[in-house]
Amino acid sequence: MSLGSVPLKYKISIDRDQCMKCMRCVDNCSYGVYRIEDDKIIIDSRKCTACHRCISMCPRDAINLKERPVDYRSHPLWTTEAREDVINQARTGKIILAGMGNAVDYPIIFDRLVLDACQVTNPSIDPLREPMELRTYIGKKPSKLEFTKNNGDIDLTTQLTPNLKLATPLMIGHMSYGAISLNAQLSLAKAVAKTGTFMGTGEGGMHESIYPYQDHTIVQIASGRFGVDIDYLERGAAIEIKVGQGAKPGIGGHLPGEKVCADVSCTRMIPLGSDAISPAPHHDIYSIEDLAQLVRSLKEATNWEKPVFVKIAAVHNVAAIAAGIARSSADAVVIDGFKGGTGAAPKVFRDNVGIPIEAAIAAVDQKLNDQGIRNEVSIIASGGIRNSGDLAKSIALGADAVYIGTASLIALGCRVCGNCYRGLCPWGIATQKSELVERIDPEVGAQNVANLIHAWTLELSELMGAAGLNSIESLRGNRERLRGYMLDQGLLDVMQIDSVGA
Amino acid sequence: MAEPLVIDTKGMHYTPLNRQIREAVASGVKEIVLNNVLGQRFIGNGLRGDAKITVNGVPGGDLGMFMSGPECEVFGDAEHAPGNTMDNGVLIIHGSAGDAVAHSMRGGKVFVEGNIGYRGGIHMKQYECKRPILVVGGTTHAFLGEYMAGGLILVLGIGHEPAVQDRGIGSGIHGGEIVIRGDVDVKLLGVGAKKVDFTEEDLENVTPVIEEFCERFDIDPKPFLNTNYSKIVPSSARPFAGKYTWE
Amino acid sequence: MCGIIGVIDRTMSRMDGSHIKRALSLMDERGSGEGAGYVAYGIYPDYADCYAIHVFFDNLLEPKTRVDAILKQWGRIVHQEEIPTYEQPGLKKEHIPWRYFFKPFTDLVVGSTNPDDDNVTNLVMAINTEVEGALVFSSGKNLGVFKASGWPEDVANFYRIEDYKGYIWLAHNRYPTNTSGWWGGAHPFNLLDWSVVHNGEITSYGTNRRYVEGQGYQCTMLTDTEVVAYLFDLLGRKHGLPSEMVVEALAPPFWDEIDEMPEKKEEFMKALRLTYGPALMNGPFAIVVATKDGIVGFTDRIKLRPLIVGENGSKLYISSEEAAIRTMDPDVDTIYMPRAGEPVIGRVVE
Repeated sequence: MSLGSVPLKYKISIDRDQCMKCMRCVDNCSYGVYRIEDDKIIIDSRKCTACHRCISMCPRDAINLKERPVDYRSHPLWTTEAREDVINQARTGKIILAGMGNAVDYPIIFDRLVLDACQVTNPSIDPLREPMELRTYIGKKPSKLEFTKNNGDIDLTTQLTPNLKLATPLMIGHMSYGAISLNAQLSLAKAVAKTGTFMGTGEGGMHESIYPYQDHTIVQIASGRFGVDIDYLERGAAIEIKVGQGAKPGIGGHLPGEKVCADVSCTRMIPLGSDAISPAPHHDIYSIEDLAQLVRSLKEATNWEKPVFVKIAAVHNVAAIAAGIARSSADAVVIDGFKGGTGAAPKVFRDNVGIPIEAAIAAVDQKLNDQGIRNEVSIIASGGIRNSGDLAKSIALGADAVYIGTASLIALGCRVCGNCYRGLCPWGIATQKSELVERIDPEVGAQNVANLIHAWTLELSELMGAAGLNSIESLRGNRERLRGYMLDQGLLDVMQIDSVGA
Repeated sequence: MAEPLVIDTKGMHYTPLNRQIREAVASGVKEIVLNNVLGQRFIGNGLRGDAKITVNGVPGGDLGMFMSGPECEVFGDAEHAPGNTMDNGVLIIHGSAGDAVAHSMRGGKVFVEGNIGYRGGIHMKQYECKRPILVVGGTTHAFLGEYMAGGLILVLGIGHEPAVQDRGIGSGIHGGEIVIRGDVDVKLLGVGAKKVDFTEEDLENVTPVIEEFCERFDIDPKPFLNTNYSKIVPSSARPFAGKYTWE
Repeated sequence: MCGIIGVIDRTMSRMDGSHIKRALSLMDERGSGEGAGYVAYGIYPDYADCYAIHVFFDNLLEPKTRVDAILKQWGRIVHQEEIPTYEQPGLKKEHIPWRYFFKPFTDLVVGSTNPDDDNVTNLVMAINTEVEGALVFSSGKNLGVFKASGWPEDVANFYRIEDYKGYIWLAHNRYPTNTSGWWGGAHPFNLLDWSVVHNGEITSYGTNRRYVEGQGYQCTMLTDTEVVAYLFDLLGRKHGLPSEMVVEALAPPFWDEIDEMPEKKEEFMKALRLTYGPALMNGPFAIVVATKDGIVGFTDRIKLRPLIVGENGSKLYISSEEAAIRTMDPDVDTIYMPRAGEPVIGRVVE
């Protein structure tokens, strides 16, 4: 028995009066929606991913896109997606793979948190005219200052360990070369160098064209150890051990062989065209003390000159895990919330496993504070940070800095169509096809990403100034300056914030 | 000339004091002497006319606020924001003053013999014939002339080398000028402020101001007419341009 | 807005409270009649080696029984009495102020270099969080806080502070926005030797509070000022930083200034800021802190509240207003305004 076809996801139409047949849509669509027959543009809507490349390139605004043009019988439980997933799996018997982050309509806690501003009892500070300090140091800090006094002269005994110096508490998270294109990664690298911050390399090694920006990179070592050698470790300004990822906690990764082109193969140090498989766990970390070993091993290898971060997915017991990490020599804990993006993840994981970053930050910050060690280790938050409001709220909940991923890709053209895993990204981001990759001019891309970082930094300064704060330390963990709006008591308690009006 | 009205203000609240001053001015008194002033705020607040008020002691904050015309001479220090939103007239302070001196001043002159605190001349502004002037004999703390939108701030720095050492000079300045004796390290300039050459013409313009200041405090003006100054002006009249984008 | 004033006689010559009462009353404009207070050092020479524990009791029944029990468990009450008060028409007596002269048992706190102080800190935290109807508002040796809701002169007359003689006095005239009318909300705030008066609002309170709570303190006064006392106790007493350094940690130079410093100083300031980032205080404030060894006054880093210093021989004055200093001492000969974040320190010379 045939299941037949499901209705179109998207319906593309062209306003033929407007269309001047410039063929830009035909040229730009890498999914094959458009073709020319007898001087006419024919549309195959079934291939459309709503990536908007054609729409953005159409000089006449002649293209229209409608999502879900065909209705199912409405049903609150058996949504369109639920039905189509069943049909898909009945047909294939396989795990459903999906791109980008969690797509379930969970409440967004950020949108139920509101920030504070000064009125009367303290003055707002104008960040453009008076000092506003966003400089953030990521790394281990002493618990107390040790010094000796010699005839009024004070000599510091405390030795600071290396910290990363960020001009703004905002970095770009790990997206590997392989998952994204070289031009995309190069754009990000140039952008962070311009804005005084850092980017993650992902677990794909470092391509030589990133070398000029290596002082602004954090090199990642994940369970696959792709591209990892001592040169790689020494190149990064810091090293990050990736244990887990918010989009797919508890499972490994998989770069399909078709994305492993010659350059990726050599950067990752794996054969051309072979799958790059990252196991779920690091097979040298089966317990917390093993993690401490790996941290120390990386520190030894790099002469204790590099901060080492440990990235975990935000799972139920995130606070206790983070406290364990903090006790190792690790300099920072990266927590990745369940709304974090990814090139590809099993849909059932993406949509059902892990916890939101807002609650995770609060829980980790609280646990470390209860143990009196909060300031000794940095917290980096990621997973669904969309704007400077989310950034400010993350810091007020207790993060030292955030990683952005998806937002930085949107700045390069990404429209969050969620088809990254297909390797056909028409924006030249999640692809290794040279004709698509060339669509990104790294100079232009870098400027766009730098603009975004600059704009958020400005907005963060304004938010802090309005709250009467002139240094980022005073926003960090300052939950007095947050209120919950329509959050339940359980969440208010976890985040230790008051309700609006309280 | 009529005898001045002398008021012993010891222990007096500012409201009856100001009422007495206002009534006296209304009845034609041209000269008022306040003795034993200590902490009374708002002296000369909103006062119109051309009376001369002598303050012996340390007046409280907001001396001469909204004042429009009179001359007020203080033999002592002044506290927070003398000349606040002052419209016209003269304040002469034989001493030092607190923060936000001449805040939002619209016209007239404020002469301080000693030092002033933070944010002196903040948001001074000019319009048509109204051009406020703040002259400081000593030095000033940070954020001098912040948001300045018009008028003149002159700092002589007597006894201070360099005349000003604190940061944020003219931060956000978008009108008016700040003139400081000697050189000013550009790293002390605030956002949107720039240092330009102090020309012969500039000297001509400030000469009467220097002369008047020196005459008020019985100081020889010559050393100040024959020395170098730094002039700090806005780099743009539109400091916010380029900050925003439309939704 | 609030008004503050502090004075130290560096030779430890003692002054009665009448002058500071007049000075504080001069700043009535800065208050609202809902809180005023004084602290004086050197007032209990007969019990100089005892902790003078001042407590507000709602009544002398259950709360006092419980406090007595806690104190007896942790040490010895050498003497106790109601603090003498004198009815004032403008002041409603909400609590019964009581004082204990207390000697802690030294062997009860282990692993401490300063068991007596830690013992007293613990019991202050315990009483203030656990005993309903009792609030410890002063716990140092040979010093005492006297505060209430009311105008400065009423509060002073209520306690007859002119009967006390101290070599350091701090006073505060309150205009509350948070906990109006609550005696515990009036300044000075005190813990052990540390007393604090504060004008302004600490916008970083949430951060500072979390930091001290992570280090074992509990904030019970519902206001931002108490955190300053705990920060001084933590950095000054437990970590051993001198007062100048504590102020540098609480109101540090800006990074762009640190970047310009000579290398050794730069390295030091960077270490200080990284170590004590959560202790950095933001928002408008002028603060005077006292210990038995001296006073230190400072403002926030961009000078959003006023602070004036006066000197006359062995006396150093720090206040919101010059007129208040001149009220205390018409002959004061040096008056100046410190820079933002610059510590003004008056130390006793022995």
